[in-house]
Amino acid sequence: MIVAQQKPIEEIIEEIKGYQKILIAGCNECVTVCEAGGKKEVAILSSALRMYFKNQGKDVVIDEVTLERQCDREYLEEIGNRVDQYDAILSLACGVGAQFMSEKYIEKPVYPGVNTCFMGANEARGVWTERCQGCGECILARTGGICPVSRCAKRLFNGPCGGSTNGKCEISKDVDCAWQLIVDHLKALGRLDDYEKLMPIKDWSTERAGGPRKVVKEDVEI
Amino acid sequence: MRLSYPSNIRIIRLPCTGKVDILHLMKAIEQGADGVYVVGCMEGECRFKAGNLRARKRVEYVQKILDTIGVGGERVQMYNLSSGEGPKFAQYAEEMTEKITALGPNPLKRIKDKKVA
Repeated sequence: MIVAQQKPIEEIIEEIKGYQKILIAGCNECVTVCEAGGKKEVAILSSALRMYFKNQGKDVVIDEVTLERQCDREYLEEIGNRVDQYDAILSLACGVGAQFMSEKYIEKPVYPGVNTCFMGANEARGVWTERCQGCGECILARTGGICPVSRCAKRLFNGPCGGSTNGKCEISKDVDCAWQLIVDHLKALGRLDDYEKLMPIKDWSTERAGGPRKVVKEDVEI
Repeated sequence: MRLSYPSNIRIIRLPCTGKVDILHLMKAIEQGADGVYVVGCMEGECRFKAGNLRARKRVEYVQKILDTIGVGGERVQMYNLSSGEGPKFAQYAEEMTEKITALGPNPLKRIKDKKVA
């Protein structure tokens, strides 16, 4: 899922302080799972902002809504009949949702309430770690199911490098060396021979380096 | 024991302080409570293992928010005692009442009162 983190309240206040009626819009998908922008986080932030403005003696209306998804037009339409009542929208969805909201309601200023971080997994309660960078050409089949693009600091394809010590990366002793994990896993799978094969140079044009990307699935297109 | 403690305190019973949510604390202050304190079991003695530790984290989270928005994080506190410590319960009630009295009423309530007047 997409992992996000709520922005500091001070930063949010700075962005929205000039408005009188604000809609705080959460999203029921990834940001709910990573507890950054779901219904509960919308309620907590709304409560904090209402208290802040009231304490400042300002009469600011803060309403709450949590949409099924903000990255689909049909779900954004759910608030179509009430959007006019607000001066601004604070979206707690990921950058995708906030942008789609902004595109859909072009006349409304949309502010992001979270920092979108990465595509990751729930490692433990309250801990998320990066697992994928959406490079557009998955090589997990050759690396024992461990991704060197997202998990190796240098994105090496024929690692490890000399910075790998006791299974940890030189950038931090808390970060596993992806290539150590790959070797260990290939060994466990009895496929260590695969490690000997040199990987060709990766075509990075499928990654972000090739400009904004687009996926078209013709069989479902209308 | 028939101990007395300040009558301004309203007790809300919960099965475990682990049930306390950030929103409960936020809403209480938003709706005008001058202070809220959570009284849990001794740390390390939770019947559900970590309920009181979770409550403490939530209390600290709310304290940070309230400090950031200028309402005062001290209005929310966490206390721990064992079920046999009646006198301590009364002592904490006194302590919290003194602390909140020193802080004064919830500033949000003052603003509301001014508007009504």
